[in-house]
Amino acid sequence: MQMMRPGQTRALIIGAGIAGIQAALDIANSGYEAVLVDRLPSVGGHMAQLSETFPTLDCSQCILTPRTVEVGHHPHIRLYTYSELTGLQGQAGGYTATIRRRAAYVRWDLCTGCGLCQSRCPARVPAEFEGLLGERRAIYTLSPQAVPNKPVIDREHCRYFSTGRCRVCERLCPVGAIDYEQQDEVFEEPVGAVIVATGYQLLPLAALPEYGGGNVPDVIDGLQFERLLSASGPTAGVVRRPSDGRVPGRVVFIQCAGSRDPERGRPYCSKFCCMYTAKHALLYRHRVHDGQAIVFYIDIRAAGKGYEEFVQRAMDEERVLYLRGKVSKVFRQGDQVMVWGTDTLSGRNVEIAADLVVLAPAAVPDPSQAELARILGLTIGEDGFVEVRDAQLAPVDTLRPGVFVAGAAAGPKDIPETVAQASAAAARILSLFSRWERAAQVQVQADGGS
Amino acid sequence: MKVALLPEGLRSRLQQRVEEASGQNVLACYQCGKCSAGCPVAGVMDLLPNQVIRLVQLGLVEEALTSQTIWYCAACLTCAARCPKGVDLPRVMEALRELAMERSGDHLPPDRLPAEALAEWPQQAVIGGFRKYTW
Amino acid sequence: MQNMEALPYFPGCTLKQRAAGLDRSARDVFSALGSPLAELPGWNCCGATFPLTVENLLDLTGPARILASARAEGTRLAVACAACYNVLRRTNHLLRTDADKREKVCLFIESEYDGDLEVVHLLELLHREIGYGHVRQALRRPLEGLRVAAYYGCLLLRPAVEVGFDDPEDPVLLDQLLAAAGAAPVSYPHRGECCGGYLAVRSEEAALEASKRVLTAVSAAGADVVVTSCPLCQYNLDRRQGIIARQEAGFRPVPVLYFTQLLGLALGADGEGYRLDEHYVDPRPLLRERGLADV
Ligand SMILES: Cc1cc2nc3c(=O)[nH]c(=O)nc-3n(C[C@H](O)[C@H](O)[C@H](O)COP(=O)(O)OP(=O)(O)OC[C@H]3O[C@@H](n4cnc5c(N)ncnc54)[C@H](O)[C@@H]3O)c2cc1C
Ligand code: SF4
Ligand code: SF4
Repeated sequence: MQMMRPGQTRALIIGAGIAGIQAALDIANSGYEAVLVDRLPSVGGHMAQLSETFPTLDCSQCILTPRTVEVGHHPHIRLYTYSELTGLQGQAGGYTATIRRRAAYVRWDLCTGCGLCQSRCPARVPAEFEGLLGERRAIYTLSPQAVPNKPVIDREHCRYFSTGRCRVCERLCPVGAIDYEQQDEVFEEPVGAVIVATGYQLLPLAALPEYGGGNVPDVIDGLQFERLLSASGPTAGVVRRPSDGRVPGRVVFIQCAGSRDPERGRPYCSKFCCMYTAKHALLYRHRVHDGQAIVFYIDIRAAGKGYEEFVQRAMDEERVLYLRGKVSKVFRQGDQVMVWGTDTLSGRNVEIAADLVVLAPAAVPDPSQAELARILGLTIGEDGFVEVRDAQLAPVDTLRPGVFVAGAAAGPKDIPETVAQASAAAARILSLFSRWERAAQVQVQADGGS
Repeated sequence: MKVALLPEGLRSRLQQRVEEASGQNVLACYQCGKCSAGCPVAGVMDLLPNQVIRLVQLGLVEEALTSQTIWYCAACLTCAARCPKGVDLPRVMEALRELAMERSGDHLPPDRLPAEALAEWPQQAVIGGFRKYTW
Repeated sequence: MQNMEALPYFPGCTLKQRAAGLDRSARDVFSALGSPLAELPGWNCCGATFPLTVENLLDLTGPARILASARAEGTRLAVACAACYNVLRRTNHLLRTDADKREKVCLFIESEYDGDLEVVHLLELLHREIGYGHVRQALRRPLEGLRVAAYYGCLLLRPAVEVGFDDPEDPVLLDQLLAAAGAAPVSYPHRGECCGGYLAVRSEEAALEASKRVLTAVSAAGADVVVTSCPLCQYNLDRRQGIIARQEAGFRPVPVLYFTQLLGLALGADGEGYRLDEHYVDPRPLLRERGLADV
């Protein structure tokens, strides 16, 4: 006799970036349950950090927020933020997921998200969400738009945890939600299928020693520049360089920093850098009208709808100078950053004294991916991203039945492509669910009729 | 290591003059090389037409002014007719010629033209030559 | 159309001197077709090249003056020389579309002109008004079997929006005219490529580079004769064949004629004043052989 197993038509989604969010909403809006897990205190992934999105220059937060809010309130979505998957037992249609939620030291069931606790916390810490260009407190949310809008205490930097004295947040909290005794919690969730949507990270600047290795303050990565461009960012949208807060008059953008470099970096193309670099140069020129933007590229890959037009707009209208060549070396000289590059089109070597250098480092898999793959029994490709069953005909299926992958977790991709993949993975799962349900119904009918 | 310094500021003064005189936005050129590929005199030029515009893009106008290419350009408009970005390169060439002659005087003083050739050339060539090579 | 009134006509400097054969044959053709050309009184030089820098208004005054005085004679101005046509047509376009420049230029030339003259090339007139059918009917000596390479050059074709009356990458009107006159136009790829233009003045080498490209294609296509409407093209293509023949073993020189010369002969003119003896590649043996002229 074939019966539905508990949780058979529930989906586990790991990673709540735009991929995880889209997949969860598609599944939940079809009437099935989604369990959405993210390591960070709130959802949104990298998209929450972006200022405006190419090629339409929509405000990223504005187009993302309706979805994060929906995820936060959806009756069919069970959200586990600040959480990680620690185990998965069983097989397709009958998995048991073990999820560990880190102690937030805040009772989210009581917290109203008023933010008072953060206002007086004496511990100031460089904010990861701001690319370390802004500060947060030891008790913090990622951003004012965070979903859920509940803070966590970073135990490492908290005064009370390190010195035994403080408890300022506890005193300020009007509802008594602070709980320094809170422990990590472990949950077991029965699910039938899984989507891996763990996204990407940028190659750390330390891996690019010829570009300063992260030791030159005015050499930053693309995500940091997104924060400088964001109205909600650490500089309120004014482009200021990290070293002295000056508005840079000349910014050099370097594409393919570690990408397409089989020898010393990653062999593959990171796919979204051409576009976001054009966006960066263009937005910089919007912010700093007399600023000079120079882009180094080895070729421009702008194959999406409206993409090529966008790049040409940066050149024509914003007078961004594109130099064809890879930069050899970036170093600090006085209060400027010297860039040694070449322009292979003119055969000229160029030396540019820049005020700020923005790198587009290779997009790499999340460091947790190898461990996650072990837990899930997945294969990791040579590039470190999740391997799919068939790159042409099954691009969101993994080698394990019932486990799918979407978005940048399977390799760098931009938002439109990520969203399309997330909906595809959701559709693959929904078809499994309805097949399983139909099979069970047929069985019930057969049993009833006998 | 041969290093060319980009000039100070967003646009060098000379680049700006070339753009104003020619009425062209040189940064619209994306260096596809179609202009050079079809140029009837590319074979005798020291720089290809797209390289001339490249130098202007880089602000290296002085170098463009010393190129022989600006004098070899026949203003045939083949490149302009086919440029995918609508860059009127012959206008850039003319702006460079004017700038060069503003500095160094006539490129080809009329008295240096051989008398027998003057008798042979169609008047149109002689007048056209004056227009292009004298200041 | 027959018996039109005389057409105001601008010959230009070259047609008064080195290209007198173009002027004379153009008049023959239009007289034979019933629309004689009437030379514009008191004309001046057009400047031979259209100024390409935006503030060069001075070089527009010559052509602007011509346009203004032609407007006093009528609403159209016929031009034979491709260079004059190009300069006049571009100037006219500019004066028509840029009121600011028009005002300044008119101030210079001390005339009123608002850009409402129509500058037309003879080829355009033959096609649009006289009609190739009428040309065919008027033939006395059809160009039967003559393999002609129609060469358009730059100035009739570019820039297309300002001067073009034919497809700039695949022009056909000259081919069609010659076909109407009984000839067999040959197909070759470089009908609109540059001959080198005024570069001859500065560098024989550069002019050769350009004209060689055209001529080797013409020669390879097996043409008996090249036909053009531009004195500079005629010169460049004609003059350099000796050099090319010395450089390239298989090169076969081909005479270069003005389209009006060939058409004039086909319409029964005797070739008087066509100056065929001044051409570098002598066209006379061919013309005699085909019964087109006894010169
Ligand atoms: C500088 C920059 C600018 C960009 N600009 C644009 C743009 O303008 N337009 C555009 O279309 N694209 C842009 N992109 C690309 C865009 O960021 C990605 O397409 C998009 O973020 C991919 O979404 P994702 O959900 O697949 O991954 P991510 O956004 O990386 O989300 C992954 C989520 O998974 C979570 N996670 C990771 N590992 C685990 C784990 N083990 N357990 C639990 N959770 C985990 C992470 O915390 C994160 O929330 C830009 C990229 C960069 C670097
Ligand atoms: S054809 Fe146009 S875009 Fe291409 S290189 Fe030449 S000027 Fe630039
Ligand atoms: S206009 Fe000048 S540069 Fe352009 S194709 Fe002609 S000769 Fe070459």
